Amino acid sequence: MSGDERWKGYRGPAREALIRFGVGVWEDVWLRSRKGEFRGLVLPRNETADDRHVVLKLETGYNVGIAADSILDVVSKGRREAHYHIPEREFPTDPDKPRVTLLGTGGTIASRLDYRTGAVIPAFSPGELYGSVPELADICNLRTEKLYAVFSENMGPEQWIGLATAVAREIESGVDGIVIGHGTDTMHHTAAVLSFMVQDPPVPIVMVGSQRSSDRPSSDAALNLIHAALTAARSDIAEVLVCMFGPTSDRYGLLHRGTRVRKMHSSSRSTFRTIGDIPVALVSREEGVRPLRRDYRKRRKDRRVRLDAVFDDRVGIVYYYPGMKPDVVDALVERGYRGIVIAGTGLGHVNKPLYPALRRAVDAGVHVFMTVQTLWGYVQMYVYDTGRDLMDLGVVPAANMLPEVAYMKLGWVLGHTHDRDEVRRLMRTPVANEVTPREPPDGYLVLQGGLPEVERFLKKHRM
Amino acid sequence: MREPDSANSFDDLEFYAAIGLQCGLEVHRQLATEHKLFCACPVRPYSPLYDAEILRHMRPTLSELGEYDPTALMEFKTRKQIIYRLNRDTVCTYEMDDAPPFALNRDALERALVVAIMLNLNLVDELHVARKQYLDGSIPTGFQRTCILGVGGRITVNGRRIGVRQLGLEEDACREVSDVGHTRTFLTDRLSIPLIEVVTESQARTPVEAAEFARVIRRLCHLSGVVRTGLGTVRQDVNVSIHGGSRVEIKGVPRIRQIPPLVHYEALRQKALLEAREAAKARGLGPDAFDEGDEDVTAEVRRLDHPVFSQAVAEGGRARAVVLRRCAGLLAWPLGPTRTLASEVSDRVRVVACLDRLPNIAHTDDPSLGQAWWREVRARAGAADGDAVVVVAGPRQDVATAVEEVRIRMREALAGVPRETRRALPNGETAFERVLPGPDRMYPDTDLPPVALNDDDFERARARAPAPLEEVEARWRGLGLSRAQVDALLFTDRFRLFDEALPRVRLRPTVLAYLVADFLTGLGRDGVDVGRADADLLASLYGSGTAGTLTQKEAAAQLREALSDGRHAP
Repeated sequence: MSGDERWKGYRGPAREALIRFGVGVWEDVWLRSRKGEFRGLVLPRNETADDRHVVLKLETGYNVGIAADSILDVVSKGRREAHYHIPEREFPTDPDKPRVTLLGTGGTIASRLDYRTGAVIPAFSPGELYGSVPELADICNLRTEKLYAVFSENMGPEQWIGLATAVAREIESGVDGIVIGHGTDTMHHTAAVLSFMVQDPPVPIVMVGSQRSSDRPSSDAALNLIHAALTAARSDIAEVLVCMFGPTSDRYGLLHRGTRVRKMHSSSRSTFRTIGDIPVALVSREEGVRPLRRDYRKRRKDRRVRLDAVFDDRVGIVYYYPGMKPDVVDALVERGYRGIVIAGTGLGHVNKPLYPALRRAVDAGVHVFMTVQTLWGYVQMYVYDTGRDLMDLGVVPAANMLPEVAYMKLGWVLGHTHDRDEVRRLMRTPVANEVTPREPPDGYLVLQGGLPEVERFLKKHRM
Repeated sequence: MREPDSANSFDDLEFYAAIGLQCGLEVHRQLATEHKLFCACPVRPYSPLYDAEILRHMRPTLSELGEYDPTALMEFKTRKQIIYRLNRDTVCTYEMDDAPPFALNRDALERALVVAIMLNLNLVDELHVARKQYLDGSIPTGFQRTCILGVGGRITVNGRRIGVRQLGLEEDACREVSDVGHTRTFLTDRLSIPLIEVVTESQARTPVEAAEFARVIRRLCHLSGVVRTGLGTVRQDVNVSIHGGSRVEIKGVPRIRQIPPLVHYEALRQKALLEAREAAKARGLGPDAFDEGDEDVTAEVRRLDHPVFSQAVAEGGRARAVVLRRCAGLLAWPLGPTRTLASEVSDRVRVVACLDRLPNIAHTDDPSLGQAWWREVRARAGAADGDAVVVVAGPRQDVATAVEEVRIRMREALAGVPRETRRALPNGETAFERVLPGPDRMYPDTDLPPVALNDDDFERARARAPAPLEEVEARWRGLGLSRAQVDALLFTDRFRLFDEALPRVRLRPTVLAYLVADFLTGLGRDGVDVGRADADLLASLYGSGTAGTLTQKEAAAQLREALSDGRHAP
């Protein structure tokens, strides 16, 4: 066994102490320190933890750290390595059930612990998934393919293109639906770009993840996955969807349009919201998929799908704040950026000192689009002089496109053309509801806690 | 061998040694912090009021060493819907498991360290927060965040050194409101209040000694000055086993005086189970004896007038008979004053299959449903004369679970005493609650980094720790106080008033102890505001003159007068 394995994760004084007493990880030891005696299994050390403590797993299952410089004696009593595996059972096939492909990019639908980093490692094979979520076999025949194993913040153009290509390939091979496992942080970014890259799909493309990792008994992973599989296998909504918890309770999932969805809370299960519209459907084990609207693209029998996987990553989002200095914009232009999405205040505004910089940007051929940092509502640049001035400078209003969605669309458009008029035309032509002609009255609802009527609602309906 | 009757004093050393009683305690006690353990929520008095509810289900997950915990798998079979009631004054998104934990409450840690020092533990240098799985829903995450401060300590009980296995610092669980069918409801106000858990070695030789362990730990906690006191702030789990038996944990015993009968009857239950096993073996029953033989008897049950079954089938449920080959008579095997092996089977059916309207089973050792009816059921199920039959009824899926549980429990009877957690019944017996969890329920908490403790932390705790319990008690005994008076002083935290007032009054110490521990407690119970009875008041009443000659009665009369007219109030 190599030293790295024998003293896994240990550095500095803690590693020296283990070497001095001739013991390594997974050894059952009796240890005497200045504070007393301990009996336990030496565990690998998390690499981000300090280098001054040795970790023991006591017989009771608890872990404790002992200061390396207080250890007086260690005696090994044997070796007992943990065999961590998710129980694998062969995923049953049933010719009468729909075929679903699960494409993995990361996230924690099923996972195990990584001692070195203390993080959880996703597990993924159909057997592993069946071992932890056997309900899936009642819904579909599942094939899985691990494309990437990254945290969602590490997804980028290369992965988006790879994912879109894999989705199109699976559709052409005749699957009845696609589920994409994805970390939740940037799930809505990927959902947006997939909506542009994979057009006119004949089957559902359902993105899913979890807000609580699947190594927790209360995880939302299993139920989200069940909801996503139900949607991919049985629904007739042939669009790119995000399928995540509706309320925080284990009740039902919501199917959000890929271009209108946003993660709105850093940790709640109920984090994804459709912005400026209502979700496409509800999904639950009891009722299956229940559409909330009728204007979605329907499932088709053919396998024709338009793959248009291009992306120019020389695009940036400028989140405007009062007092912003023009050099922020200049810096982007000087560094060769070809598109800027501004998240402006109110109806789509920035301060006057930015005007010359924006003019320089437009003159340099940079495509500048305006969105709103209020997230809800449209850009309207005619109401105030500020807006009209900005349009005169060449800043183009992007209606009610969400800032991240505008970023994705501009990157995708610039992958096709840099012609100013053509870029504007493509940006203004909706592909997948990224701009909607109207905001329904219930498209903006953030219930305000504390109001008597809201409190009555909460008491009556489980959160 | 003599068996003590229920009126005995539970202290017959010889009897319990003969059956090999081993008994230890886990004492859970809340710490008197202002805030909860992993968030900024205040610790407030409990309230049944709530503003909103959430619904969750729990799924078993793998342990760190790659195993499923048996308790988790059992709970999963129950298919419970868990409802949490949320009160916005006492709960935030952390308790809802909608936000990760904040840093460990330092005040709680410092308080727990004081107790760790008083327990003479080998202290750890770095705390590792673990997740201890609880799939019963009592914690919305499905696990309790908990860590160990020290191991291998000791306390002194009646002059005997008793080992303390470990001291944990952990978050308290929810309060259960109800558990009916597949729905269990909890209040969340108690959730995440900091607790210490003191685990003793199983060194109690009699049931009475176990209670003594608990009393010493209570005195030590009160003396520490860092714990919360009063009703609902302390719960004892009692571990019991005998020779050839298994560790059984009686959960959440609130009062120390309940401990001796619980331990006694659990020891006898284990003894009776071992005898039942021998009887079963003598009949040649093997582990595969219960693998098959069950039949739908819904039609037979329809002809009955049964308080539970009739309703179950009327609601569309089914009834099934399980044949237990060559088991006639075994279900009636007595396991306690009111319980038999059938009671254990019924418990399993109630807890795991959620058939909780009682009686939830009928069996051939209890012929109250009539010989004629049982003849029909036996015929339908294909049971022979020496066979026992158990009938269960309810929703189809629950009945399937129940049939399996009947078999599981009977197989366990052949193995002896199953490892279980049990709940206390008012008469001192216990009922099945869960399969006993093992070390596989533990998992490192990846949300929190380890917390290193340094010499300053230990020094601060040492400085804050009072003199050892034995020393304080010896000092009071030296003043002439009786054992009972010493115990009374430490029954609450009013002993502080005794120590503060002692140098300032001329009363005999025994009289002062009476006033502080007994008389004030009585007055308080009668509704008198005894909060004003501080050291200043006692000094002004008894600090001079002839106070030294006052009898208990005379001194008490003066105190009562002072508290009723407010004359001496500052």
